[in-house]
Order: sequence, then structure tokens, then C-alpha cells
Amino acid sequence: MTGWRTLFYKEVLRFWKVGFQTVAAPVLTAILYLLIFGHVLEDHVKVYNTISYTAFLVPGLVMMSVLQNAFANSSSSLIQSKIMGNLVFLLLTPLSHWSWFFAYVASSVVRGLVVGFGVLVVTSFFAVPSLVAPQWIVAFAILGAALLGTLGLIAGLWAEKFDQLAAFQNFVIMPMTFLSGVFYSIGSLPPFWQKVSHVNPFFYMIDGFRFGFFGISDASPWLSLGILSAALLVASAVAVHLLRIGYKIRS
Amino acid sequence: MLAISFQSVSKAYPSPRGPSHNAFMALDAVSLDIEQGEFFGLLGPNGAGKTTMISILAGLTRATSGRVMVLGSDVQTDYAQARRKLGVVPQELVFDPFFNVREALLFQSGYFGVRNNGAWIDELLESLGLTDKAGANMRQLSGGMKRRMLVAQALVHKPPVIVLDEPTAGVDVELRQTLWHFIAKLNKQGHTVLLTTHYLEEAEALCGRIAMLKSGRVVALDRTSELLKAASSNVLRFKLDAELPPALAAKARVTGRIVQFPAHDALEIENYLSAVREAGLRAEDVEIRKADLEDVFLDVMTQHRDSVAGVAP
Repeated sequence: MTGWRTLFYKEVLRFWKVGFQTVAAPVLTAILYLLIFGHVLEDHVKVYNTISYTAFLVPGLVMMSVLQNAFANSSSSLIQSKIMGNLVFLLLTPLSHWSWFFAYVASSVVRGLVVGFGVLVVTSFFAVPSLVAPQWIVAFAILGAALLGTLGLIAGLWAEKFDQLAAFQNFVIMPMTFLSGVFYSIGSLPPFWQKVSHVNPFFYMIDGFRFGFFGISDASPWLSLGILSAALLVASAVAVHLLRIGYKIRS
Repeated sequence: MLAISFQSVSKAYPSPRGPSHNAFMALDAVSLDIEQGEFFGLLGPNGAGKTTMISILAGLTRATSGRVMVLGSDVQTDYAQARRKLGVVPQELVFDPFFNVREALLFQSGYFGVRNNGAWIDELLESLGLTDKAGANMRQLSGGMKRRMLVAQALVHKPPVIVLDEPTAGVDVELRQTLWHFIAKLNKQGHTVLLTTHYLEEAEALCGRIAMLKSGRVVALDRTSELLKAASSNVLRFKLDAELPPALAAKARVTGRIVQFPAHDALEIENYLSAVREAGLRAEDVEIRKADLEDVFLDVMTQHRDSVAGVAP
């Protein structure tokens, strides 16, 4: 018990010590998106016919920040420890693969939620979104962060160099988040692109999260929750398996 | 119960030239038992397999075949128990740049499930001369301090078996003395110590028993005193400003100007000296000394040169 809690605490302290870079910077990025897109599109777009564009954008930006930062936390911690060689201090301990898994994923969830909360607080100065069903907001934020934290864990184990990790981030995570409906409602897309969006798991995370704010969404929140949970289960099974066999960390 | 037991352990790495070529055997059926309380030395040239053995023992690498036990716990099937009994000082000078010395030690304690470890951490810092660096970030430590920190991190959970993989490589004389004083004290208190080193003087001074490894095989294993007895008992040593004739050079160990011949009796010594004189050379600073571990090591490595030539990649 002490073992995984220590690793969890260490991982949280690690990003907190460089909070300017790991928390403040992503909050600033989200505000820039809000200012620019909000300014350009506020008067032109009404989403679901009732919601102002800026208000619509806020939950999307919050969730995007949650997801990207949860991914960044586990993946960057692992790749740094691998490259610096200090992962050996963990490899020498009796910590089980479950302990590794829970500690890395839980600390990623914390980072995602801290950044997401920061974005929500700051953006609420520009547009206060309603909070129709907060339980959905909490559920999607935690499960979404856990999924991305788990994917970050897998990517961190797999990558041997920073460029490989950056490639994963830029060519997989970024496009999937940007094309998931952060900046627009899927309903506004032509039918073909709507279909494409429905196979992107990120769409369900953002859509379900946004349902918690407005009570309206493109897909049923139950469907979104089901898909997110299934994705989390599959990713967790893969991550735990890789940790158990010591994939790329024990020869 | 044995402190450490290697039972016919092999480690094969696939050949870089493809699967159709023979695998490289980093370890070839190594068996070795170390009793509790021993101070044991593992010696061998670079690439002999010392670090592979330690990595398998520590669970960083998996053996291709065979079994390794630490105080009765299998390092694969019962890894949590085995690792609790083991404190490993890694060879590479690694550290976590995010934390200070005390934080790093508290985390390491926590990973082993040890709580409220402040008193023992203070004692470790004191013994290793790191007390005034407790609040310093790991990045600010000198190389020697980082090395001592590796020792402290290996000992946070008071392991009964301590493994040191070349702990004095690149470390100054004073620090080496501090380190050995501390490790010897732990050994006296009952900790088993397994040491690999390139400094044969250290091994001779500290280790009760020694195994010599070459190309993944144990080529010598005995009490340090027995190994020394078995070697040529004396060494003739002198300085020379010119090159030795090839016939003589083949039997000698030459280090710059210093020439050394292993010799068993006075006649042999006389023969060497007269051969030098006949070659028209002048030996200076002539002395005769007792053979040391370095002589034994070189003897053993030379004897096994032919037998292992076949497996070298």
C-alpha cells in the first residue's frame, strides 16, 4: 500500500515542482484559443441554436486540456526516467505492475484535473457555461484523464527517444483531439465527416463532457460513457500486460 | 540458507547479424553460491558478464535459463521478497533531477514499504558524509556525492544482502576509503556483500572469497588467500629503458618502463636477470615482491585465453 502511494505522490510532486510549465502553460494556451476563436466566431456561430460559441467552446477546451495533460504526465515522466537512467531506482523495488499502473495513471488524472480546473476557472471570466448535470462532467473528466494517462503510460514505455514520443503526440493525440468536436459541433459537419467523427473515441469524451454542461449533445451520454469505459478497459489491459512483462524496461 | 545462489544461469543475446547466427552468450551456465555474511568479489575484464549477473540478480534482466535465489527467494517467481532482501548500487551514476537528497531517500524507502524512515536516513547521510547536502537538489551534487547517494539509496530498506557494481570507478582515494570503511562495517554487522570492481587491490583487501569471470564463465573461484597461494609466489620487478627481446617479453608483464616476471624460486630470478644482461640491457630498481591478486588475475585470464577463444563473437 505504501509503495504505490509513494510513487503516486512522487509523480504528483514531480509535475507540481515544475507547475509553471505543466499547469500554467497549458492554461494560458487554452485561454489563447478561447480569445482567438471566440473573437472570430462569437457573432457568427450559434451552436444547438441556443448556445453562444464562446460558452460552447469552454467545455471543449477544458476537456482537451484534461486529456492532453493527462497524456503528457505519464508519458514524459517515463521517457525522462528511461533516458536519464533513474528508472532503475523503481525497477529495483518490489513494486508490482499494478502499483506502477495505478500510480502513473492516478497522478496523470490529478494533473489533467488540475489543469482542466485551472482552464475552467480562468475561462469562466469570459463565458460562464451552465452546469446542468455535474455528475457527467466529473465522470467524463476522470475516465477521460485515466484513458489518456494509460495511453501515455503505453507510449512512454514504447518510446525510446523524445522524438518518438513527440511524433505520437503530434500525429495521433493532437489530430484526434482537434477533430473530436472541441471547436465545433459534429452536427454541423457534412454526413461523411460526421460518420468519421463517430469512430474517434475522443469525440465521445468531449461530447459526453459537454453534455454535463448543457444537457445537449451529439450522441447519447450513456453511449459515450460506454465507449469511453470500454476504451479505458482495453488500454488498461494492454498497459498492465506491458508492465508485467517489463516491455522495454527489463531485458 | 545461502545469501545468493546462481544455479546454472545462462543469458543469451540474439546475434546482431541475424537469427541464423549463434547467439552471444553473456553468461554460460554460471553456478555460484554465496554464504550469508560473506564479503564476495566478482572480478573479470570488461564484457565478462559481471554486470549481467548483477542485473539478473536484481531483476533488471531475465536469465535465458537457470535460477537465481536471494536468501531463499527466487528473483523471478518471488521477485517482491527477493528485492526486499537486496540492496543494489548500480554502476551508472544516475539520479532524479526533480528532487533533493532527502526526498529521494524518502521515496526510495516508500517504494519498499518502509515508513517513518527519518532516523535511518539521517544515519545513512551521516555515515556517507552527506548530512549537509540533505536539502540540496540532486543536480547540485558532485560526482563523488552522487556515487555516495547511490549507496544510500540502496540501503534505505536495510537489506541483508548488498550488491555493489563497481562502486569506486572514477572515485577519489579519500572517498573510496570512506566508502570501504562503511561497507566493511555493514559486513561486520552481518550483511552479505557482493562486489564487482576493477581495482584488484580493493578486492584483495576486502573480499574473503573471489570468483573470476571470463566470457560468461567462472574461470576461478576460491578463498582470496588460496588464490594468492596458488599463483606464482614471487614477482621479479625492475625498470628498463629499452625494449625486451621478444622471447623474454612473451613471459613478462610490461607496463611502460616497468617489467615484471612471475618467478617461483631464486634460480628462475637469476635466469631472467642474466637473460636481460645478455641482451645488453640494464635493469634498474630491481626488487622481488610477493605475488598479488593482479598477478593471479592475469595468470587466470592468460590460462583461459585459448579455452574461450572459440566462443568469442
